[in-house]
Amino acid sequence: MFYQEAGQFSTRYAQDRRVFRLRQDRYGLVALLLLAFVGVPYLGNDYWFSAILIPFLVLSLAGLGLNLLTGYAGQLSLGSAAFMAVGAFATYNVELRVPGSPLLLSMALGGGVAALVAVLFGLPSLRIKGFYLLVSTLAAQFFVTWALTRFSWFSNNSASGVISAPRLEILGVDLNSPVGRYLLTLGVVVSLFWLGQNLVRSELGRNWRAVRDMDTAAAVMGIALLKTKLLAFAISGFYLGVAGALWAFTYLGTVEPHGFDLNRSFQILFIIIIGGLGSILGNFLGAAFIVLFPVLLSNLVAMFPAGLIEAGQMENLQKMAFGALIIVFLVKEPEGLARLWKTFREQARVWPLRY
Amino acid sequence: MTQTQATQVEPLLVLDNIGVSFKGVKAVTDISFAVATGEICALIGPNGAGKSSLLNVINGVYQAQQGRIRFAGQEHRRMRPQEMAVRGIARTFQNIALFKGMSVLDNVLTGRTLKRHSSWIEQALRIGRAGGEDDRQREAAERVIDFLHLQPWRDTLVGKLPYGLQKRVELARALAAEPRLLLLDEPMAGMNAEEKQQMSRFIVDINRELGTTVVLIEHDIGVVMGISDHVVVLDYGRKIGDGPPDEVRQNPEVIAAYLGTRH
Amino acid sequence: MEFFFEVLIGGLLAGVMYALVAIGFVLIYKASGVFNFAQGAMVLFSALTFVSLLERGVPFWLAFAISLAAMVLLAVAVERVVLRPLVNRPPITLFMATLGLSYVIEGFAQALWGAQVHGLELGISDEPLELGGMLLSQFDIFAAVTAAVLVLALSLLFNKTRIGLSLRAVADDPLAALAVGIRLQRVWVLVWAVAGFVGLVAGLLWGARLGVQFSLSLVVLKALPVLIIGGFTSISGAIVGGLIIGASEKLAEVYLGPVIGGGIENWFPYVLALLFLLVRPAGLFGERAIERV
Repeated sequence: MFYQEAGQFSTRYAQDRRVFRLRQDRYGLVALLLLAFVGVPYLGNDYWFSAILIPFLVLSLAGLGLNLLTGYAGQLSLGSAAFMAVGAFATYNVELRVPGSPLLLSMALGGGVAALVAVLFGLPSLRIKGFYLLVSTLAAQFFVTWALTRFSWFSNNSASGVISAPRLEILGVDLNSPVGRYLLTLGVVVSLFWLGQNLVRSELGRNWRAVRDMDTAAAVMGIALLKTKLLAFAISGFYLGVAGALWAFTYLGTVEPHGFDLNRSFQILFIIIIGGLGSILGNFLGAAFIVLFPVLLSNLVAMFPAGLIEAGQMENLQKMAFGALIIVFLVKEPEGLARLWKTFREQARVWPLRY
Repeated sequence: MTQTQATQVEPLLVLDNIGVSFKGVKAVTDISFAVATGEICALIGPNGAGKSSLLNVINGVYQAQQGRIRFAGQEHRRMRPQEMAVRGIARTFQNIALFKGMSVLDNVLTGRTLKRHSSWIEQALRIGRAGGEDDRQREAAERVIDFLHLQPWRDTLVGKLPYGLQKRVELARALAAEPRLLLLDEPMAGMNAEEKQQMSRFIVDINRELGTTVVLIEHDIGVVMGISDHVVVLDYGRKIGDGPPDEVRQNPEVIAAYLGTRH
Repeated sequence: MEFFFEVLIGGLLAGVMYALVAIGFVLIYKASGVFNFAQGAMVLFSALTFVSLLERGVPFWLAFAISLAAMVLLAVAVERVVLRPLVNRPPITLFMATLGLSYVIEGFAQALWGAQVHGLELGISDEPLELGGMLLSQFDIFAAVTAAVLVLALSLLFNKTRIGLSLRAVADDPLAALAVGIRLQRVWVLVWAVAGFVGLVAGLLWGARLGVQFSLSLVVLKALPVLIIGGFTSISGAIVGGLIIGASEKLAEVYLGPVIGGGIENWFPYVLALLFLLVRPAGLFGERAIERV
């Protein structure tokens, strides 16, 4: 009743191509953006910014990066965290060695370096298909973390290998407060998501999905496999690199290889599986799940009589519940939370009727 | 187009002594024939005769070990499928090779990929040539969808469509590229009589209205005799018949291959 | 020169242990068509169970039997709960399911037995043995011999027994095997049990070498390069692959390490496998998949 599309027609192709064809959707999006940019800074507290919203946003971006490569272009990758690490360290080094470089430019360059590294480890995808490709990104994962620790040039020869992130400011506006970091992250993430949305609906996005679904047929139609696959690696690497820079700068406050290990790569893969492969919204849903799940679980456990489950076991329980949920998702809803949302919307469109 | 007219103009496709083998097993040997521009040429023969392999060679998916191919006046023996697509060959596959994760419209739009000129950056930022081009490509895709009566399923995921419709979508996708030569690998496999009639009409329309040259592999002899201008018969990898349908129909070797001989 | 051989043989012996782990993967891949990422967690679980039982005073062979039984039970549970519902899905889905599974098993193992490192004494002294002027670890030799015996037994099982024939049939074409009357469930359980046994032995050997702890899962991840070189479906391939990886890793560590930096063994096998794949996309022994269009 409220959500139906009666009376809303597209009269030009451009209208039909819009992401949000329903007026209700467009209003909803505007409201959400207003809430995010204006409302939350007013209402939120520091804990929410630092511990929930910022990691949520950054992980969504990382998820989108991996989704472009794996969900849309069909190239398996377990090296996401490595590309994030490259982005973080590259951005740090640009800030350090190019005095006066604007923050956003440094991040873009950091993303660019990550893109190059991703392309390097993506070259084998031209010869190797499917599951075997995992080895290339695994090699990237292990090699990059080794190289970043081994060659202290990357960390500016600091004794402990751990460096603090530089001060954040854009055009003189200091963004180091939790609110400031939140707004910076939000701005970057929203812009990159807008770009990403355009990309997946463009020719390139279609070519990616063609290569994913059947690359021999794609070649027969004239799609350049080389360019399509390498662009997927490059753009994915860029997104992951920027996400890595944000992770280090706005979330952690330090730049170190430790948090970019294989477990992080798995975490990002889980985000896109749970959220939905080949979906834009899914990245947000998956990241929200990953960020909120531990919080929910500990709150749930806190309701049990004290001492039944000791603190140490929390982590193990979390691990088990997590793995179990992955399996459940894969069995029950392989297209992830995004599909659940889509089904909900479709039912809302005909509500209060059933079909 | 009469026979005399066709032979005066250079044929669109010429196969000369083509031989293909896989690890020692000869799929086709010494195949030579010519396809005139604007004709419908049918490749027929019992299963395993090498018809699909031949089609794959024409469009570069397989490389011939012997012989030469001449397409649109240019000769080649080893070509990659992408290059053949650029030169104007499109095809459908025996086991539907649609992009199952995309809608009908998206599949047809992928067929237009070679007609695009804007770069991915322009498209990502929605600037420059991207917008106008999007409209033009959509228009072209809609024309093809109209031509093949696929409008009701425009936004449906192809994986959800029935088999007959999927075959039609594959045809639409191939057609969207505005090819000079259309290769159809068993376009009517698995269809009932009514669907076959419909598909035959589409193929004839494509040939007559759009002027596209068609080479098709087909098992239904009735269809073949009804719509083709030229028939080539293969058996055990060799050519045993080549000519207009009526001539081939009476060829004793062809009859023997299909019906068996009296020993 | 002798030093080189010492390093080489050391590497080869380590390679045999890698091969043992890889064989577990090959068995599961042959039977269920899935690269069981949870193998590492399962090996860890079985080793942990064994060690914890030992620490509680349970005699050696009883502990071994119980651990083995636990592995088999785990395998049956996995087949029923994870594999069966996902039977027709693409391999990437199965792989991700085993990824989730590894989290479950690791969490469970840790919840049950705790997170400390356990030492494992198998009763073999680690004194170096002198052979032909080279110093070789007794333990490594013992491990190599055990692995060799196991491999021999497995080859006999696969090639000379009726059960082995059924296993090979199921690996080749489950539907056809079903049509001939082979009980798929039984075969799968058997394969997972054998894989479990191999995994347990591998876990014990590695555990005695490194201590039973979580890095064991990372060791198991190295089976992937082994399988890539040797092919996913061949036991002999797993052996050859394991030897190659073990030897090259050791040699790289000793000869390249001082030049480039320590810790090469973390990534070297993967890069090696990658280079290998570029030359032979289907592995040494694997079959080249021909895509029919």
